[in-house]
Amino acid sequence: MPSAKGSATASARRADKAATVVLACIVGLICVALVAIIVGILVSGAGKLFDINFLTAKPEQFKEGGGIGPELFNSFYLLLLTLLISVPVSLGAAVFLAEYAPEGPVTTVVKTVIEALSSLPSIVVGLFGFLFFVLTLGWGFSIMSGALALTMFNIPILVRVIQQALEAVPRDQRDAGLALGLTRWETTLHILVPSAMPAIITGVILSAGRVFGEAAALIYTAGQSAPALDFLNLNLLSTSCPWNVWRPAETLAVHIWKINSEGVVPDLTAISNGTAAVLMVCILLFNVLARFAGRRLARRLTAE
Amino acid sequence: MSKPLEKRRLENVGLGITGACVALVVLLVATLVFMVASRGLSTFVLDGIPVGSFLGGTTWNPHQTDASGLPSVGALPMISGSFAVTLLSCLITLPFAIGSAIFVVEVAPGFGRRVFQPITELLVGIPSVVFGLVGLTVVVAWTRGWAGGTGYGILSSSIVLAFMILPTVTSLATDALAAVPDGYRDGSYGLGCTRWQTVCHVVLPSAAPGLMTAVVLGMTRAFGEALAVQMVIGNAAQMPESLVTPASTLTSVLTMGMGNEAMGTVYNDVLWSLALVLMAMSLVFILVIHLIGRRGAAKHA
Repeated sequence: MPSAKGSATASARRADKAATVVLACIVGLICVALVAIIVGILVSGAGKLFDINFLTAKPEQFKEGGGIGPELFNSFYLLLLTLLISVPVSLGAAVFLAEYAPEGPVTTVVKTVIEALSSLPSIVVGLFGFLFFVLTLGWGFSIMSGALALTMFNIPILVRVIQQALEAVPRDQRDAGLALGLTRWETTLHILVPSAMPAIITGVILSAGRVFGEAAALIYTAGQSAPALDFLNLNLLSTSCPWNVWRPAETLAVHIWKINSEGVVPDLTAISNGTAAVLMVCILLFNVLARFAGRRLARRLTAE
Repeated sequence: MSKPLEKRRLENVGLGITGACVALVVLLVATLVFMVASRGLSTFVLDGIPVGSFLGGTTWNPHQTDASGLPSVGALPMISGSFAVTLLSCLITLPFAIGSAIFVVEVAPGFGRRVFQPITELLVGIPSVVFGLVGLTVVVAWTRGWAGGTGYGILSSSIVLAFMILPTVTSLATDALAAVPDGYRDGSYGLGCTRWQTVCHVVLPSAAPGLMTAVVLGMTRAFGEALAVQMVIGNAAQMPESLVTPASTLTSVLTMGMGNEAMGTVYNDVLWSLALVLMAMSLVFILVIHLIGRRGAAKHA
């Protein structure tokens, strides 16, 4: 019966067209929602974004006109310390997993542990930091406690990125190094890490964006107060010295959370929108920088 | 003779350095699990609160004692709140994630690589407090206008979480669909099937384990998210009655409570027990992912 067969094909075609339209609508909806979120955040904080006074002044607790100067500095300082600690450790662990680890029980345990760490909620990492760094080791709410908590949060992400970058280096390069009589360690240092560098840099900068916006791991480790900073004070034990790692340090993300949960600042909406916009601009910059740096470095390393 | 020895020494230095990094990470995680577990268990060991009345009790008021003379520390309101927001946010996000993954892999791969993937990567980067802030100003107001009440509650939290886990689920689902061998598709097209028939009957079934992994990883993230949820759920430690009344989750109670109570009090111990439940659940999620992976591998072998 040709007619019945023809109608079955036609209805299958119609279903196919309808499905494609529905799928396109879904994708369109997601794109519109995303752009709306990002533009909305930037626009609602646009007034504060270019206000030098807001970006440099210290926050006020009970009256209008407070700024986010210390928070802005703290966020970058914490990020820098976190990367200084977490990048070498992750690099070592990734080299071990990618180059040294024989298939066996040790590798299985290490992989499972890193996977478990990556699945832990950041609030649990923060609470552990509170228990261990702040209380047991007696460091108090400090930049050091915060940086170590962020390191734990960052390590699984970095190890995965670096390991993938190392494994993506062609096998020939590894064989060539070994054939020249280099040890695995020399091959890793002089051949593998340099050629994986563009991917590693991109991964590190992208993870920096995640660290920069993290708050749950910090509220009980780096604390929720931002002492006023004096950039002329170089006494590393003073709470107003910016470089002192033992002072409490509220970051931008923690600031947004804190002023919203306390709700006593009169210009609450303006300040949290402004802070969110500053945070988003920084993270967008990290994203652009990651793409740009990776591409630039790859070109320099491959071109003669 | 010294040259080979020198090389051997160098190799050992490398192994030593990288091994130390790995050992440090393993040691830190072991310390974390041990410390959180030992504090979390002290509720039951030191304070003598039965496990059943903690996990099954519906009254959360640690400053008051119940009929048996023990503090009322039933955690069921928070546990059910956590599961409710996790499941609901997954339900909301799933059609969008799978739908866009199909579009990106089967319909318009070029658009997916050049436009859609960078956009979702950007979404991953938005900090959770910023999502909380958007939830507070937009989603809560919308829920209030639509369903009445305060607007705070499980529904608002689930909507915020759905946005947060969307990029995770989408990118993993995209990977799962892209991993289906093209030969399967060619076979189906060769039989005269349309694209939609191919997707429904060939691509989706053979990508099922990967899709389930994507969903479970999304759930892991939703279950553990703290600040964004805490900002929009309303923080009322009572059994959730409806989707639009204030409720609480494990993470929201931990975020609010930990700073207020001194170490060693019963209230503080119980908070650590909540953290222990949270940690145990995230390990269970990982276990589920491994089981799915193993079954998927067995099916394909």
